Amino acid sequence: MDVSLRDEQRFGWGVGIVSSDPTLERIARGNGLALCAAGSWTARFAPDLERIVADAEKLAGSRPNIFIDVSQVSRLDTFGAWLIERLRRSLTQGGVEAKIAGLSANYATLVDEVRRVKASPALDASPVSLTGMLDQIGRSVAGVGTTLVGLIDMLGAVLAAGGRVLIRPRGFRLTSTVHHLEQVCWRAVPIVVLITFLIGCIIAQQGIFHFRQFGADIFVVDMLGVLVLREIGVLLVAIMVAGRSGSAYTAELGSMKMREEIDALRTMGFDAIEVLILPRMLALVLALPILAFLGAMAALYGGGLVAWLYGGVEPEAFLLRLRDAISINHFIVGMIKAPVMAAVIGIVACVEGLAVQGSAESLGQHTTSSVVKGIFFVIVMDGVFAIFFASIGM
Amino acid sequence: MARQPQAQPSDNIIRVRDITVQFGKNRILDGLNLDVKRGEILGFVGPSGAGKSVLTRTIIGLVPKVAGNIEVFGIDLDSADAKTRRGVERRWGVLFQQGALFSSLTVRQNIQFPIREYLSLSQRLMDEITVAKLGMVGLKPEVADRFPSELSGGMIKRVALARALALDPELVFLDEPTSGLDPIGAGDFDELVRTLQRTLGLTVFMVTHDLDSLYTACDRIAVLGNGKIIAAGSVADMQASQHPWLRQYFHGKRARAVMS
Repeated sequence: MDVSLRDEQRFGWGVGIVSSDPTLERIARGNGLALCAAGSWTARFAPDLERIVADAEKLAGSRPNIFIDVSQVSRLDTFGAWLIERLRRSLTQGGVEAKIAGLSANYATLVDEVRRVKASPALDASPVSLTGMLDQIGRSVAGVGTTLVGLIDMLGAVLAAGGRVLIRPRGFRLTSTVHHLEQVCWRAVPIVVLITFLIGCIIAQQGIFHFRQFGADIFVVDMLGVLVLREIGVLLVAIMVAGRSGSAYTAELGSMKMREEIDALRTMGFDAIEVLILPRMLALVLALPILAFLGAMAALYGGGLVAWLYGGVEPEAFLLRLRDAISINHFIVGMIKAPVMAAVIGIVACVEGLAVQGSAESLGQHTTSSVVKGIFFVIVMDGVFAIFFASIGM
Repeated sequence: MARQPQAQPSDNIIRVRDITVQFGKNRILDGLNLDVKRGEILGFVGPSGAGKSVLTRTIIGLVPKVAGNIEVFGIDLDSADAKTRRGVERRWGVLFQQGALFSSLTVRQNIQFPIREYLSLSQRLMDEITVAKLGMVGLKPEVADRFPSELSGGMIKRVALARALALDPELVFLDEPTSGLDPIGAGDFDELVRTLQRTLGLTVFMVTHDLDSLYTACDRIAVLGNGKIIAAGSVADMQASQHPWLRQYFHGKRARAVMS
């Protein structure tokens, strides 16, 4: 309170307007009681006013005739007017209405305005209960099914749009596809190469450190080759792409949805899937194998460098060993997985983007779940592929 | 319409002197001067792209200026320290063109946001004040628990006005408050601004394109052109002006339709 008073003096609040602490004096008049309000009944003093009014409300019913005199109020705003009105209502008991006296014409309109306010609607706070929790669990489980159906639905829509474009190639958006290819592929090269290079270095260093105990240093080349080409290369790159481009897709589509841009497209006779989603999907499906290949090369290079400098494996020896250790199958396995993972990431991102509702919070939630689900499905797909390739002996 | 002045009418609540604002080489405002008097409704007009919103945003402090100074409530906002600035910001309310409601909060939470930050009130009083504010802008209490995305364009404007008025400011900036409203809704809005100005003693700075608003709601009109105020005065002064843009604006087909 002190602080705000000081502020007020320094700001020169309201030239020519006396601003003072609000008061509510009780003056007995015969068998009645006058509550004389004075000072500034404004928002600034609202916390004090609330207390004053709460005290005065206890007087209800103590005297047969109570009225509120507001002639001494120097300033009144909505807060003050409502509190006076609230006081009037609680003093009105047993059919005797408490009156407000000394209201100037200016403030009368304001008091009339707040008089129309109905008692506040109760907030319906939902209590935490066992049924509520069970309800939540049930909904989340059902949500998994809905998610899967949504993904399959989108996959179908994208394939159908792709089919239409094949029949009528003029509907294909080349510019858009190239633009997205630049965004998700070309611009991602530096970070993807850097990270996979470092991971290659780390795998090689750890391998040498532990294999050296058995004198099996050279086997680090086998491990590096198989791991990088078959698993780590593509998996790591897919996770990076889900975080980098999947989130961007969701945010782009989500904000377009929020600003009714997608509805605008639809009303102009365009298919949102064909215009927005197909180019993005195609760009991603092309980008991921390229990035996975570059990533694998960078990881092998990093691993080779560490093997040479840290493990003393000469580059010629490394290459010879690598040629023996890996077959073209390892490379093919990695490359087959890449576009499938890209499709999974793209579909998840687009479904989440189109599910965005009107608020900024919803955009954030869907972008988060786009990345989380994208990475989850990438890892699930990797497991499925591992089983598949093992059973066909690749 | 006669109105009791809340304080001395000569008292300037906003004083803008020699304001220059430019983006790159593009000079938007060029040595602009403007006074807004306490208790008046100032209508601010000008061609599209003349910099009406830029001036509003400069006064509020959202756009940096190259030269000049601005005094609001007699306080120079450049030399004021952070605490004084906050004090000033608490005494004005701003209605943005698109409403700028917080999309992740309900209408109730939007209106209570400034109240909660600046005053420590009980939830009960805040709820009651929210209902009162909603009533003032002509909305039902049931709207309180909806999200901004569930509101119509006109309702968004009304809720945004209710939020701008949450702390009972002395000065409100309205950026095209009636754009996008139907004529009846716009007329109601003008009436509302007028009523609030009377009851709360508000000073209103209103950027508008709506001739009806100018005629019915505004006490004074200022016209922006070429980065300066071309003219300022009553509707009659504007109609008497010989400036080509003003002649077209106030004597064009639409203006005649409104006047008749």
